[in-house]
Formats: sequence, C-alpha cells, structure tokens
Amino acid sequence: MALLELQGLTKTFGGLVAVNQVSFKVEKGEIFGLIGPNGSGKTTTFNCINHYFPITSGDIFFKGKRITKLKTHQICHLGIGRTFQVVKPLARMTVLENVTASAFCRVKTIGKAKKKAEEVLKFCSLSRDKDKLAKSLPIGGRKRLEIARALATDPELLLLDETAAGLNPSELDEAIELIKKMRESGITILIIEHIMKLIMTISDRIHAINFGQTIAEGNPLEVAKNGLVIQAYLGEEYAQG
Amino acid sequence: MKKQKLYWVLLGIFFLTFPFLVKSDYYQHLMIITLMWVVIGSSWNLLAGYTGQVSFGHAIFFGVGAYTAGIFVTKLEMSAWWGMMFGGITAMLIALFVGWVCFRLRGPYFALATLAGGEIFRLIAVNWEGLTDGMVGILIIQDFRSKVPYYYIALALAAVCIWVIHVIMKRKWGYYFVSIREDQDAAASMGINTTLYKNISLLVSAFFTGMAGAFYMNYMGFIDPDVVFSLHFISIMAILVGIVGGVATIWGPAVGAFIMVGLQETFRSSFFGLAPKWVSQGHALVFGLLVIFVILFLANGVVGDWKKIKRNVFRMRESH
Repeated sequence: MALLELQGLTKTFGGLVAVNQVSFKVEKGEIFGLIGPNGSGKTTTFNCINHYFPITSGDIFFKGKRITKLKTHQICHLGIGRTFQVVKPLARMTVLENVTASAFCRVKTIGKAKKKAEEVLKFCSLSRDKDKLAKSLPIGGRKRLEIARALATDPELLLLDETAAGLNPSELDEAIELIKKMRESGITILIIEHIMKLIMTISDRIHAINFGQTIAEGNPLEVAKNGLVIQAYLGEEYAQG
Repeated sequence: MKKQKLYWVLLGIFFLTFPFLVKSDYYQHLMIITLMWVVIGSSWNLLAGYTGQVSFGHAIFFGVGAYTAGIFVTKLEMSAWWGMMFGGITAMLIALFVGWVCFRLRGPYFALATLAGGEIFRLIAVNWEGLTDGMVGILIIQDFRSKVPYYYIALALAAVCIWVIHVIMKRKWGYYFVSIREDQDAAASMGINTTLYKNISLLVSAFFTGMAGAFYMNYMGFIDPDVVFSLHFISIMAILVGIVGGVATIWGPAVGAFIMVGLQETFRSSFFGLAPKWVSQGHALVFGLLVIFVILFLANGVVGDWKKIKRNVFRMRESH
C-alpha cells in the first residue's frame, strides 16, 4: 500500500483546468519529486492534497484512508505536513513561538510544546534565531522556519513546495542536507522544485506534469531524457534533436 | 524588577481601598464605569487584538447581557443578579449564532458582518416589545443605594477578566489565537481548526462582555435599546478603548478604558463646567482626532508603544 495515492485528481477554476487527471503513488520512505514548468499545476496539486480548497473530481488516499473530503487541519493531524512556496511566517511571533504553536498539534502542555519546538529548531539549525521575530528572518531562515513548523507536527509525509527557490548556493547545499536528514529520520518527502541540481540529486522518483497533465514518471535519469519533458522545458526543437 | 513589584502592590492597594480614599459619589461612579470598560475592552481585545477578528458589534453581547438581567426581573421576577451569570451565558449562546454566521467571512467582511449584526439586535430589542418593552426600556430598582458594593463587583469582574485572558494567552489557546491572527492559512496547515478556535475566542469575549452588560443593568437600573445596543457608545467605544490602550497587550484595554472614559467625561461635562456648554458636543470630533493620532503615531497604543512615548518625552525634556 502506497503512503499517498492520487487517483485522477482534477481541479478546475471556472473554465481553466489547472490539474487534469493526475494520478501517482508515493511510497513510504522515498523522496518523490514533482516537476513541471511554471503554471503547470504543481502547487495546485499540493493545495488539493491538504485541502486548501475542494477538488473537482478524483480521490486522494493517505495510508489507504480516503482523505479527499477532510479539512486542512484534520489532514495535518493525520500526518501530512506542508510548507508554502510563498512563505507564511507568523510575522509578529518569535521563531520559537511559531514552532511551539505548531507543536501543540501533538502535545497538550506548553512545557512539552516548547521542548519539542526547541528540538525541531535545533534539527533545522534555527536555535540561534529562536527569540527573533519571524518577520526579521531573511528568506533562507524563513524557508527553514516553514520546514520547522511542518516538522513540529510530526508528519509522516512532508510536502515541500519550492523550498530551495531564492536560496544562495551555500544555503542551497544546506537545504539539500536538511532534506536528506529528514529522510533519514524516516519522513517521506513529496517535493516541488525548479532547481534541477536539487531535484535530480535527491529524488528517488520524479513525476512531471505540464498544463495540469502527466507527461512522464520515473527515476531522475529517465525523466530527464523523456522527450515530452524536454519539450515542455526547452521547446520542440530540442526534443527532436 | 523589585521596584516594579512595589508599583503593582501600591496599585493593588489603591484599587482595593479606592472607595475609602475617594468618598465622592461622582468619582466612584466614574471609576465603576471605567472598570466596566476595562472588562469590555479586554474582551474585545481577546477577539480582535489577539485573534485578529475585528468586531464592530460588541454591543450585541453587551446588550444581550443587559437585557437578560433586566428580563430576569421584569418577566421572571427574580433578582437581576442572576443576570450576571446568565447574562454571560446568554451572550455566549448568541455568540455561537453570530460566529456561525460571521466566521464564514474574513477580515473586513467579518467586521462589516458584525457591524450589521449589532444593528439587527438593536432593532430586535426595539421591536420585540413583548419581551423587551421596546423603546420604553427596562427600569428596575437597584439593590444598593451606596456605590461601594458596585465598585467591588466591577473591580472583581475586571480582575477576573484580565486574569482569565492572561492565563489563556499563556497556553495553547493563546498560541492558536495569535497564529490565526498572523496567518489563517498557515494556521490551518499547522493542524489548527481555525473555525473552532475563532469561535472559542468569540465565546470567551462574549461571555465577559455579557457579564459587563448585566452588571450595567444592575448598576444603572435603566436600559433601553439605544443605550445598550448603541453602535456609537458601545461597539465603537470598545474598539477605541482597545486601540488607544494597545491591541494585543494584556493591560492595554485597561489603560485605554481610563483614557477614554476620562476623555468622554471631560467633554460631556464641558471640562467639568469650566468651558462653554457647546464643548460637550465636540466629544465625537475629539475621539475621531484621537484615533487618527493613535494610528499615525502610536500604532500599538499607549501600552504597546510605551517605550516610544517614554523615549520621546525624555528627549523633549533634554532638548529644553
């Protein structure tokens, strides 16, 4: 049984079909990449998985349980965490408070929540900044905070939405390290990424979509050689050559 | 730190002995009204300041609490003090309904819905004459002729209200409320049931505002729809108390209540009779100017920007 399974996921906004009949399975323990050009429907797929908005048709299963109709907070409690592409720091709270609020998802008392938050911050190398206001963090720190907040909810599956976008080369290496570390701790990762260095080196399997439709799936090498993928990213003449 | 503790103790002693220090009925009355506004302002602050759901309709809960107390006397022939407890509870029941309707909306739309809600409840109170006696209002005989018992009841209510909010904000609920204020979508993705916690915040807020309303009925002995469901004198005043004192601070609304009631009274009485009579008409204008001033220069209110105030006053002294 796959950890996460999408069956014919479709989402329309009025006449626009943002995601069209997308199906894939994410197995436990893997890093699964979701790629596609701008506007191809990647983030919309994420938003459907954690029920940011209702899907038009299709079904989503997590650990064999149908989660299509569940609310966002219920999906989080089941064990799916997510980060946002456009980061959403709780600006006027400190970094520690951000993560503490999130840790209440699993623990009841303030003492335990704070302790858990401290551990997560250490894991994400954010301990130094814990008393700073979230709005004072630079973009790299904000991305880390997104991850820390998701980790504090003890996810089995983590949806990372362009975590590496906007990072400088050294931050990028740190991000890759962090993602690998999370996988080692047993978290399955579904990741959207544009930076090929990252997605090609860490993904076990990749699913490519364009205009909301599946165009390829396989290991990084297979997907990189796929004609439709090359066409989607570079144009038709490259695909033929 | 020790000095600060001393201040708190002195402040506590002052409030506990106030009726013995100041014998004047007039100043005791002002203090009672101020303490009532501490309760309403703090309640409003819990919902609007901490949870980020700005209400323009707190008169709903104040009025419902006041009318519950009044109706206990006129219809059930029981003591209006029952209304203190039941006023809070009835306000909570009404808040359940208000939340169910208004929390479908976010931000300014929520604020507008509560604004409309306030007017709806005022019109209900005006027109449902069988229950409320309409514009005639409700007149009851007060239990005490002295103001002292009322003072201590108001003081206790204010202390309990601030203490409860303080405790809530230190715990899970507090973290959840502030998360919802900062980003509702992020909060949902952190496993927070935003609808549930917004309603919890509203219910607690409505409970204390309802208690304050019931207290008002007991204390003043007379209410009518235009007083207790007033947009201007209750809903807007609650907002002013909150923002002048400092939103999302524990003591802000308490300080705001003293400033606003003080200002209101100063103008109502035309500077205690020292200025010409027409000055009393100007209080709405002054409130408006005050709001503009606070938003421009003290966005976090007197308490939230206290350091800024201290620094600027200090600098002025130095330059002289």
